[in-house]
Amino acid sequence: MDATALTANDEPLVATALIAEDEPLLAAALQAELARAWPTLRILATVASGTQAVEQALALRPDVLFLDIRMPGQSGLEAAATLAEEWPTDAHGVGLAAAPFPALVFVTAYDQYAVQAFEAQAVDYLLKPVQSARLDQTVQRLQHRLAQRIQPVGSAAHAAPLEVALAQLRALVALGVPNAPAAEPLRVIQASVGKHIRLVPVEDVLVFEAADKYLRVLTQDAEFLIRTPLKELLPRLEPEVFWQVHRGTVVRANAIDSVQRDEAGKLSLVLRGRSERWQVSRLYAQRFRAM
Amino acid sequence: MPESLHPPIAHPPVPAMTSNPGPWWLHWLPAESRAGVMRRALVVWGVAAVIALLQSFANPAQHRLDYSLVYSYAISTSIWFFTDPVRIALRRWLGAQPPHYWQHSWRNTWVLLAGVVFGYALGTSVGDAYAGRSTWELLTIAPQQFWGFLLGSAGISAGFLFFFYHRDRARALELQATEARLKLLETQLEPHMLFNTLANLRALIATDPPRAVQMLDRLNDYLRATLTASRTEGGSGQHTLQKEFMRLGDYLELMAVRMGPRLEHRLQLPESLQHHPVPPLLLQPLVENAIRHGLEPQLGGGCITVDARADGPWLVLEVSDTGVGMDRSVAPAGDGFGLAQVHERVATYAGGRVDVVAALEKGTTVRVWLPLLPARSA
Repeated sequence: MDATALTANDEPLVATALIAEDEPLLAAALQAELARAWPTLRILATVASGTQAVEQALALRPDVLFLDIRMPGQSGLEAAATLAEEWPTDAHGVGLAAAPFPALVFVTAYDQYAVQAFEAQAVDYLLKPVQSARLDQTVQRLQHRLAQRIQPVGSAAHAAPLEVALAQLRALVALGVPNAPAAEPLRVIQASVGKHIRLVPVEDVLVFEAADKYLRVLTQDAEFLIRTPLKELLPRLEPEVFWQVHRGTVVRANAIDSVQRDEAGKLSLVLRGRSERWQVSRLYAQRFRAM
Repeated sequence: MPESLHPPIAHPPVPAMTSNPGPWWLHWLPAESRAGVMRRALVVWGVAAVIALLQSFANPAQHRLDYSLVYSYAISTSIWFFTDPVRIALRRWLGAQPPHYWQHSWRNTWVLLAGVVFGYALGTSVGDAYAGRSTWELLTIAPQQFWGFLLGSAGISAGFLFFFYHRDRARALELQATEARLKLLETQLEPHMLFNTLANLRALIATDPPRAVQMLDRLNDYLRATLTASRTEGGSGQHTLQKEFMRLGDYLELMAVRMGPRLEHRLQLPESLQHHPVPPLLLQPLVENAIRHGLEPQLGGGCITVDARADGPWLVLEVSDTGVGMDRSVAPAGDGFGLAQVHERVATYAGGRVDVVAALEKGTTVRVWLPLLPARSA
């Protein structure tokens, strides 16, 4: 243990990072500050949206990921959740060896609730304007963490960062969109069907599924399309009644018939009254454990 | 059966309406009124003691101290009861507003008058029962003394009511004005905008000092205008359209530094309208909304246009963006305070109105209609 800590201190850790920040000046400034605070850190790319952050992180496999919270497209938090879901855990079919999940550092100018949540979940975060002393602290913590990761404990060690990140992200996602006020519970869905507006009681809904720019609303025998994003709908659904099982899927909990695990370890579920299989993503897999 | 695993959610503490729930015997009244009711009771009881003592010392032969105290407390307490807790209990019928439920109306005046008469009668009866005599007999024996007592009590009650009414009203008004000012300031000095701007400034100081100075000057003007607007009583003051557009220019320039090529903007103000007065920073929340809800979520950004024109008897101010727009079937995301506040200011400003034209993926246009004032001849 001591030996590792020493090497980490003596010779700066070589690592890679990805910066996701939509304001060009701030992205450049963070890069410059990092060059000073951590000269051996190589910035692989700078991206300006959450969606690009996920794509580039999957392609480049950085050790550290700096994520601005407010970005166009996906927010930093959403991007992190997506990345945790899509991060490959085994080397099969992937050119690269399974890389450990990147260490996440969220960057925000002012998001009171998010900062409280980060504190509670011990997630690294930086406040803008990023001050040198604070950045040094973060860099030290990151180096310490990466140094621990390098220890040869076998392949099990590789899963650990993802597990930790999943647990943290689960808690953050449960908090919902930061700053979202508690909304009134939804009772009726208004869906336009041709020239009519159909009123669908929420009690009849089995599944909400995000589909491109629409949201599919499935009942036992019908399907409707609405334009309200799932993100806006979620806070208005009762969490005990509707469970999110995937980034884009929310199902009625008491309609779940069975949950199955395939050879790759992926979960999927079947609902009473519908024939489809619904994927359960890693982020929400914890809900389903035998009693 | 699947097991639900909700991680504990840390909710921010909800501020209590009042830290003092009041004594149990006032729990039938709304919580926010109890402290006031209790305070008024204490004032009334304090003055009742003083009156009884004065009465007794001035004429000990006629007013035994214990009689005076019982009369004074019985009368003052019952008048207080009928004009304060009972008045609040009747709040719906009186149409009175929290937290003190005073209402300026004839119905309220009659209730208070009845409360004073009723309270006086009840209190006097209690005093009579203790002293073993009848004040009502005075009506035939010494009517002057009877009316003296009654009018004295009524006068003191009226004084109290007048004092309480005005004190509570002044406090409520002050609170309202402060709240409005604070909200206006909060929307204009949105912390996210402020800290991001400072972060950009910090970056520019190292890389491009002249541009940093320029940005700082813009920020300066913007902050000065914001603070000045918030000082003039909830933003009821006036400045010229030219100034308004200059401040919008500051704000947009600040945002342009931050968003880079993602933000384009155009400000169009005809010369003839340059000196037309408008409430200060009226359009700023609209521009902010256009950026925050229209352009920021859009990957490629977009363009904001602000223009002013005269249309018949109206001055039309228009803020439009090419952002993501809004879907009218969905309640607007976010707090919506910006737009609500503009609505309110426009409505109180001599009957103007606000239109919102929004289409999904086609941007949003907000039009403010204000009465056009004739150009002042120099």
